[in-house]
Amino acid sequence: MPSPEPQTHLNKVEGPLVETRGLSHWRDGRCVMQIGDWQLQPRAHALLLGPSGSGKTTFINIVTGLLTPSQGAIFVAGEPMSILPPAGRDGLRRRTTGLVFQTLRLIPALSVTANLALAQQLALGQVDRAAIAAMIDRVGLSHRAAARPRQLSQGEGQRAAIARALITRPHLVVADEPTSALDDANAARMIDLMFEVADATGATLLVATHDGRIAHRFGNRLNLEAPQ
Amino acid sequence: MIGLSLAYLRDRALNTGLNILLLGLSVASLVILLLFSSQLENRFDKDAQGIDMVVGAKGSPLQLILSSVYHVDIPTGNVPLETVELLRRQMGVAQAIPLALGDSFRTFRIVGTEPAYPALLGASLADGRMFGQKMEAVIGVEVAARTGAGLGQRFVGGHGMTGGDDGPKHEEAPFIVVGRLKPTGTVIDRLILTNVESVWAVHGIEAPHDEPAHEGESAEEHADHASPAEVTAVLVQFGSPIAAVRLPGFVNRQTNLQAAVPAVEVSRLLALVGVGLDAVRAFAVLLMITAGLSIFVALLTALRQREGDMAMLRVIGASRAAILGQVASEGLILAAAGTVLGLVLGHGVIALAAANIEQLHQLGLNPLAFHPGEAMIAMAALGIGLIAALIPGLRVLQSDIADTLANAR
Ligand SMILES: Nc1ncnc2c1ncn2[C@@H]1O[C@H](COP(=O)(O)OP(=O)(O)OP(=O)(O)O)[C@@H](O)[C@H]1O
Ligand SMILES: [Mg+2]
Repeated sequence: MPSPEPQTHLNKVEGPLVETRGLSHWRDGRCVMQIGDWQLQPRAHALLLGPSGSGKTTFINIVTGLLTPSQGAIFVAGEPMSILPPAGRDGLRRRTTGLVFQTLRLIPALSVTANLALAQQLALGQVDRAAIAAMIDRVGLSHRAAARPRQLSQGEGQRAAIARALITRPHLVVADEPTSALDDANAARMIDLMFEVADATGATLLVATHDGRIAHRFGNRLNLEAPQ
Repeated sequence: MIGLSLAYLRDRALNTGLNILLLGLSVASLVILLLFSSQLENRFDKDAQGIDMVVGAKGSPLQLILSSVYHVDIPTGNVPLETVELLRRQMGVAQAIPLALGDSFRTFRIVGTEPAYPALLGASLADGRMFGQKMEAVIGVEVAARTGAGLGQRFVGGHGMTGGDDGPKHEEAPFIVVGRLKPTGTVIDRLILTNVESVWAVHGIEAPHDEPAHEGESAEEHADHASPAEVTAVLVQFGSPIAAVRLPGFVNRQTNLQAAVPAVEVSRLLALVGVGLDAVRAFAVLLMITAGLSIFVALLTALRQREGDMAMLRVIGASRAAILGQVASEGLILAAAGTVLGLVLGHGVIALAAANIEQLHQLGLNPLAFHPGEAMIAMAALGIGLIAALIPGLRVLQSDIADTLANAR
């Protein structure tokens, strides 16, 4: 489905790409995430840092419109994600956001190329084979383009997942724990790659982690408290 | 999304193949039953058109009908030629056509009769002329095709009706083909028609009733073929409805004669066969339900394993409708493949059966004919595939994306 707005629409948005106002989330009478007011500027690299259970995934689900916050508001590209109806959230997410998960979430039945093509088809309504080949080349997987996800090494799989998140040219790339399962060298390489591809496509990065090893790489750090 | 469905089906190829096979077998058995029973009934109707009553020697009325109307069984015996005249004198008889049976040429029966017989079944000449003189024969379209006989061709009839060229021959009395009939879709296509005198001539006109049996011929078979001044059966067409009430009784009161009504015997036969067909049909329906359940279970398990995938698809922009469409297309592709396989298999089996089983071939089983009911069977199979896919598909849609992603992570 092509988006109703032209792709240039978001570029005209003035101000922050993500903005929260008094945002917090409660479950079973317990505050599981507390952010308050926060802004993420376009093209920034932001880190969401906190111990396990501090609400990182909760926040990412709210940013991507999968979860409605119990208090406060969140704006993505100037639009009030938290109060949009479900279809509006789906559309906003589709137009703005690419996701990278800790486990890869590539479709196992499809090749790397087909995974990217499907993401493009769903988000943009069309498939650009040349752009897919270029993206696969950028993440260094040209020789593995026809492989199935289970035939890839962990590092190759992560690169494929990043490529899929970026192939739709999202304004915001959200990654939940992309490095927590990796050793130091691979974690550093993963962050390098995300920075490189995000910068090349002009995307904004939001990475959630409890992994202190990569914290120094980010300019914008949002620290979440451990739950009480 | 169709590409995705195909990729998923290919991903579990064995399961996909088995489900297609299972559905294919059920569709095939339903198609075979449908074609078989409908073509049989159609055939029964067509061959008996215009024949209201058959008069022959006493015995099984069904056997009389089968042998003289459908030309599949051996006759019950012979009746005197005077029977024809006797019937023609009766009120309400429009036509009385004698049949003299007993010989065949390469499995095709030679029937001594009158030109009124092909006319009754709507047969007309493709070339040549109708038989007139003794030993002139007119052949049905299939006889012509399978023996390659043309006009002027001479041939020798073999004694006996089961055919084959190994039986005793009537070398001394060859037939000559004077005409060939157009296709009729009736039993006429497989008959060799001549006049009654020719059949008598083949067996020697002076031969008395106690003619010694041919070697290797059973006594019963011997009684079957026409002797001089005898015919095997008389086909009767009524001219008025009152005849239908009066004539069968009249005939049955004559010694050695019996009347049989094709419609009655055929419906009795079909009722008998029908019970068997119904049982097989119920089994085939059961098989189809099993196939549906099997597809349902396969998709249910596959979708459960794929809940994470589905949630991911939703996250990267697939609408609910698109997800449901993808799942539905998976079920439909399975069902369509099974249906196509079933149709091909069904018609293939009919073709094989018609080619290899002579009796079925004689019944005119046609593998290339399609029945409207097949569309119904196909719709049922597709419907089962769709329902089997939609139930688990809707279940997946009801789950919470964030939860699914969290659990699958
Ligand atoms: N579906 C749920 N139902 C109830 N409580 C939940 C649910 N999901 C998360 N929580 C709770 O909310 C809190 C925050 O969870 P969240 O997953 O956001 O933490 P996190 O920072 O991502 O942790 P981790 O680093 O382990 O992934 C936790 O205390 C968790 O137990
Ligand atoms: Mg988490």
